[in-house]
Amino acid sequence: MWESVKEFASEFFVTGDPLIYGADVSIVLSMIAIVSVLTYFKKWGWLWREWLTTVDHKKIGIMYILASVLMLFRGGVDALLMRAQLVMPEMQFLSGDHYNQIFTTHGVIMILFMAMPLMFGLFNVIVPLQLGARDVAFPFLNALSFWLFFSGAMLFNLSFVIGGSPDAGWLAYPPYSELAFNPGPGQDFYIWGIQISGIGSLMTGINFIVTILKVRAPGLTLMKMPMFSWSVLSSCIAIVFAFPILTVTLALLFIDRYLGGHFFTLDGGGNPMMYINLIWMWGHPEVYIIVLPAFGIFSEIVATFSRKKLFGYKSMVFAMIIISVLSFLVWAHHFFTMGSGADVNAFFAVTTMLIAIPTGVKVFNWLFTMFRGKITFETPMLWTVGIIPNFVIGGMTGVLLSVAPADFQYHNSYFLVAHFHQVIIAGVVFGFFAGLYYWWPKIFGFMLNERIGRWAFWLWNIGFYLCFMPQYALGLMGMTRRLYTYGWDKGWFEMNLVSTIGAVIMGAAFLVQIWDIAHSIKHMKKDTTGDPWNARTLEWSIPSPAPFYNFAVMPQVTSQDDWHERKLRIEQGLEKPAKVELEPIHMPKNSGIPIVMSMFWFFVGFGLIFDWLWMAVPGFIGVLACMVAHSFNYDTDYYITVEEIKRTEAEAGRVIT
Amino acid sequence: MANVNAGHHDHHPDQEELRTFAFWIYLMTDVILFATLFATYIVLQGSTDGGPGPKDLFQMNGIYASTFILLTSSFTSGLAILAMNKGNRLALMNWLAVTIFLGASFLFLEINEFMHLVSEGATISTSAFLTAFYTLVGTHGLHVTLGIGWMIIVIMQIAKRGITPVTKRKVNIISLFWHFLDIVWIFVFTIVYVMGVN
Repeated sequence: MWESVKEFASEFFVTGDPLIYGADVSIVLSMIAIVSVLTYFKKWGWLWREWLTTVDHKKIGIMYILASVLMLFRGGVDALLMRAQLVMPEMQFLSGDHYNQIFTTHGVIMILFMAMPLMFGLFNVIVPLQLGARDVAFPFLNALSFWLFFSGAMLFNLSFVIGGSPDAGWLAYPPYSELAFNPGPGQDFYIWGIQISGIGSLMTGINFIVTILKVRAPGLTLMKMPMFSWSVLSSCIAIVFAFPILTVTLALLFIDRYLGGHFFTLDGGGNPMMYINLIWMWGHPEVYIIVLPAFGIFSEIVATFSRKKLFGYKSMVFAMIIISVLSFLVWAHHFFTMGSGADVNAFFAVTTMLIAIPTGVKVFNWLFTMFRGKITFETPMLWTVGIIPNFVIGGMTGVLLSVAPADFQYHNSYFLVAHFHQVIIAGVVFGFFAGLYYWWPKIFGFMLNERIGRWAFWLWNIGFYLCFMPQYALGLMGMTRRLYTYGWDKGWFEMNLVSTIGAVIMGAAFLVQIWDIAHSIKHMKKDTTGDPWNARTLEWSIPSPAPFYNFAVMPQVTSQDDWHERKLRIEQGLEKPAKVELEPIHMPKNSGIPIVMSMFWFFVGFGLIFDWLWMAVPGFIGVLACMVAHSFNYDTDYYITVEEIKRTEAEAGRVIT
Repeated sequence: MANVNAGHHDHHPDQEELRTFAFWIYLMTDVILFATLFATYIVLQGSTDGGPGPKDLFQMNGIYASTFILLTSSFTSGLAILAMNKGNRLALMNWLAVTIFLGASFLFLEINEFMHLVSEGATISTSAFLTAFYTLVGTHGLHVTLGIGWMIIVIMQIAKRGITPVTKRKVNIISLFWHFLDIVWIFVFTIVYVMGVN
């Protein structure tokens, strides 16, 4: 009996690596800490009522952001481990197998469990406020999306200590990711972690398309809509068309692994290259899905801190929509070397180069918005200005990569690694940071410390250039990606050393940001105005943080940058604050179904990973039961009374007569 | 905290209209899902790995029968909508029940076909062609199964609450879904079966 328990445990848990034992201990300790703090302060009920069952888009957004910061930490530690292994030739820090697992989880976590939720967090917190809406179109579905993401992320992260991490790269190319070569549960953790959170992402896409197209304040026509909302719309359109492909691709890989199918196997007539086509049909739009909202954020910030209307509003809208369409026509540039022939490569090379045009339009629009503006350099603007040269370099190296014949030289080299980190860190992540600094007071109701924020900005940027500029050169010198060690004779030592130093500086920058948040909480400087940056769009017309019903009175929109125009009219005495008639507000009720249903999905995933049908089948029945329970529930909304609105507004320092 | 599903009031957009619109978008995602499966099927169609191919396996008589049954069920779900628009609750429930019966018959024939194929040794792991075949046709069958369960739930709600804006929207949506499955089946029928045996 004892022997069989021991045998089971030694296969079930990941053993033999001191790093992982350390992680085990810290996971257990932090779980104990969380549980005891909640119990000691009797906060379980509060946690359940206020957060776990909430359908409020602002709280869901905050949970997304919190989760993504944790994932940034995890993915960042992975990155530092890799840089430590590569710091000098013939390092003995990580074994080859362990290195493979780390670059795989680093990629998956950073794209799918860090960038995506950070983006969804900003969607959630800001879009309904910009639209003058009370919530997203489907608050229940929104909560479900979050909890599906969360269980997917937890499932994926569990592979670190249970069963073993996936090691086939962030896109799990077969045949290596097939059962014949990769029999452990790691690859199944990959499939189910992404599958479950991917369903959540798909639903978020649908939710925000409907919200933006149908739930806007009266008078807010599409062509008056703030640019961030436009970017969210274009990103969600891409989500809706791309994510079903991911769902299918992962399902097919799972059928191969679980039912002995032959989609991508080497035997039985399978076609591994089909997987690579399919995964990039999702994967390429995916990178545009995450970068488009960053473009929207820059557009908002540039206009606010230049005290000018955004230059070329219409061209910006068209550029975004064109990018989201073109993003579906370029996938094969990820494997020019596959041998599809000159015609196919030429087509995909040209479409890839075409994307540079709308992207260039955007960069010029930002520059022209700044031209003759009264620019001030608060942290959000600092990030935005810092990103422009970054993104231009990243974009131009992308155009170099898109030249199909030349790509045979760059393919899978560190040149490519440097390129995609430059667009994804310096474009996407820095863009989301800019958005976080910008909307922080609106989300949390207090200001972040500007001086520490500037430190973080400079550390991130200096660290970034130190880390990735040498990698372009290393790529041209022949260093290929996913290489876990190299010899002294290669001449790559110095550049790798610099690169690692850069990575450490970025790690420090992350800590400075955490310190910034802690410091600002301690020296709480509340945002009493609701409009600390003197900004232009509707989200700044209400108190910070926004009351749970958002707008006490529905705004009547008459122009683009409506809040700015309204402030001007009030200043010139053209508009007196009107006497308003408050009405009861229609609100959705909280629900425990999303979190319970996602927990059942977790069991489905976990059961299928370990082939435990006794767990997967009841899990699936639980999922269905939750759906039925929700369908039969007709008691989903309530009204807030006028008295309660008055009381809440008065607490925020606003008197409504 | 009264129940407020009546669908009047303030500047709030009509929830039922929003849900119908969202369902159309969901259907587009399902179109992409099936399109991907069709694409993989077409790529792997000839990869029989020396095993049986479409011509050796498909028995068209059963397929004609199940096609006829599914198309008829689409028609009866349309009759259900007509009955609903006339406010005839009983006829609505009956036509939905007929649709469920036809859908279940379709599934029965499909499961029979699969069992027959497996008994002939043509399983999902025999060849890439069969993996793609079972996945594509099976995914459609899974959708039909879910549709049947869903329709049962809708009938129960109509029995309990009658024809309200909410149940009306639910019937409209499930019938959209049902027509969609019918269209997908026409593609399965054409691409997998008819083009397969010819």
